[in-house]
Amino acid sequence: MTELTLIQGVNKALHQAMKNDPDVLCLGEDIGVNGGVFRATDGLQKEFGEQRVLDTPLNESGIVGMAVGMALYGLKPVAEIQFLDFIYPAFDQIVSELAKLRYRSGGQFPAHVVIRTPYGGGIRGGLYHSQSTEQLFASTPGLKVVIPSTPADAKGLLLTAIFDEDPVLFMEPKRIYRTATGEVPDGDHRVPFGKARIVREGTDVSVFAYGAMVPTAFQACQVLEKTGIHAELIDLRTLVPLDIDAVVRSVEKTGRAVIVHEAPKFCGFGAELAAILAEKALYSLKAPIARVTGYDTPFPYTLENLYLPSVDRIGRAIQRTVAAG
Amino acid sequence: MVEMQGPSLPDPELLKVLRTMALGRAVDERCMNLQRQGRLGFYVPLEGQEAAQVGCGWALEKGDWVCPAYRELAVALTRGVPLSLILNQLYGNVGDLSKGRQMPNHYGFRDYRFVSASSPIGTQIIHAVGLAYASRYKGEKVVAVPFFGDGATSSTDFHSGMNFAGVYKAPVVFFCQNNQWAISLPREKQTLSATLAVKANAYGFPGVQIDGNDFHAVYRAVREARARALRGEGPTLIEAVTYRMGPHSTSDDPRRYRTPAELAAWKARDPIERLKAELVSRGVLSEAEFEAMQEEVRAEIQSAILEAEKLGPPEASTIFEDVFQNPPPNLEEERREFEEFVKEGVVRP
Repeated sequence: MTELTLIQGVNKALHQAMKNDPDVLCLGEDIGVNGGVFRATDGLQKEFGEQRVLDTPLNESGIVGMAVGMALYGLKPVAEIQFLDFIYPAFDQIVSELAKLRYRSGGQFPAHVVIRTPYGGGIRGGLYHSQSTEQLFASTPGLKVVIPSTPADAKGLLLTAIFDEDPVLFMEPKRIYRTATGEVPDGDHRVPFGKARIVREGTDVSVFAYGAMVPTAFQACQVLEKTGIHAELIDLRTLVPLDIDAVVRSVEKTGRAVIVHEAPKFCGFGAELAAILAEKALYSLKAPIARVTGYDTPFPYTLENLYLPSVDRIGRAIQRTVAAG
Repeated sequence: MVEMQGPSLPDPELLKVLRTMALGRAVDERCMNLQRQGRLGFYVPLEGQEAAQVGCGWALEKGDWVCPAYRELAVALTRGVPLSLILNQLYGNVGDLSKGRQMPNHYGFRDYRFVSASSPIGTQIIHAVGLAYASRYKGEKVVAVPFFGDGATSSTDFHSGMNFAGVYKAPVVFFCQNNQWAISLPREKQTLSATLAVKANAYGFPGVQIDGNDFHAVYRAVREARARALRGEGPTLIEAVTYRMGPHSTSDDPRRYRTPAELAAWKARDPIERLKAELVSRGVLSEAEFEAMQEEVRAEIQSAILEAEKLGPPEASTIFEDVFQNPPPNLEEERREFEEFVKEGVVRP
């Protein structure tokens, strides 16, 4: 075990994967000599060479498309998109090609690519360095969507992603790249997909969060504990595949649900969670489901702290939900 | 344009080339009719592009990667894909390797390194660069060839592919069939560029424009580009100037946007007639032998069609397969519900 930050967990996973398997290659903008703008790939090119750690031209569609070609051959490419906000030129490659190749070829041409990308607000990044649009990808059949919230999960989920058989969008909560610290197992540590993590157990209300919202929601739960509200906090870890059982079981126990994410509320991932609970746990619910999310606006710069779900907003939603019935 | 240099291959091989071109043309004619009769859902013809497709395919070696668009039937034939597999894809039947998942003409044949085609334009161009890079990384002496049209040279991933291939000196042969029309948009409105080949200059590697209706010219240009790529000298863009004699697809009516005179002028340059005339004039083939060859391919197609039409649709439950290697619980739940519905007769496959 080693005490690491979340981004060090990412770096360790990449290092471990490249050491394990010569078919693992990394490609992206500024990832080689510079080690990535956030230093996620620091030291990799020096150790594994330019053939395996490729500095690419500035073209996201090219990065993902080239990774798809490498994967069609059978390599295990890990592409970095510098910010999720810049992924859209590659949307066609992700949605029309990567996610559909296995299906459209009848299983002849699976293309296993991992796309790593920092996402989310709270770093004074304005419109184009802050967004959370996981719902656009989670609704694409054929693509897995993974979002860690701790250094150990960053390492363990990324290693699972790289050696998985399906394409994975690996979204890294950049706001907590360096503030989230914790013990990380050494070596080839893997965390399975589709298994949510119970961050804290509780009996009064279930709080669902992922990525950078997990520590914020955790604080809110801790504060409310002092007022006698015992909130259960679930870190979803992987949106696709989703641990539906864990979500339903928790609400069957607590009878209440509060869903937290940074993305806008309308058609956000929380809508899917609420629909699942309506389908599978309606008769356990004692109160309406609450969603605490970013607003249905583009992402603001100066006022970002008002836009993002805060400890106080989450706390208020939990209190109301518990009081409602 | 590359000068005529006489035959590119020995005569017996040229007869096989001609037969493959004739087979491609004959499949085309039959499939257009099958679609009109309601027996095929849709079809994308290649008529007029036989020399470009067969010429390029013939110049490749086993192990080379083909990243096709959706008009590359004659490339598949040239690469040795059995006609039955091609027809099964067109019919989307139980014999279709892609399990009836795609519209006709979107072939994929793993055993032939013929990558599954999609409908978005140009996306396969950058895949070829990744395949070429990976092949070289693994020590294979092969090239990757993306096939695309004049319209695709305006697409995002034409640029991505050309730029990345140049930067990494990837062993790629970019094969552009400039067939003059991107549905209704003529070549001169696609770009102000004097030629498409000249676009390679900006990416730092050669571009050549060739007569795409001349089998020999196509074959030679691709051989040369392939050898250059494998010497480690990087990619080449080949612009094969040809003509789409038919509609864009069975859903298109080219009379809305081009003149009969233009079509007639290109029909006078028919690539099959051209190779045939050469072989006849050199005494390699007689008119009667060519007629016999045509009869033979038509008979081959007829029996293959009857076989393909005997096969039913894929199993209903295959709809849920191949989304993921390991399906998520929501998909499993949908599959279980579907199976219940089948049992209860709510859904009738």
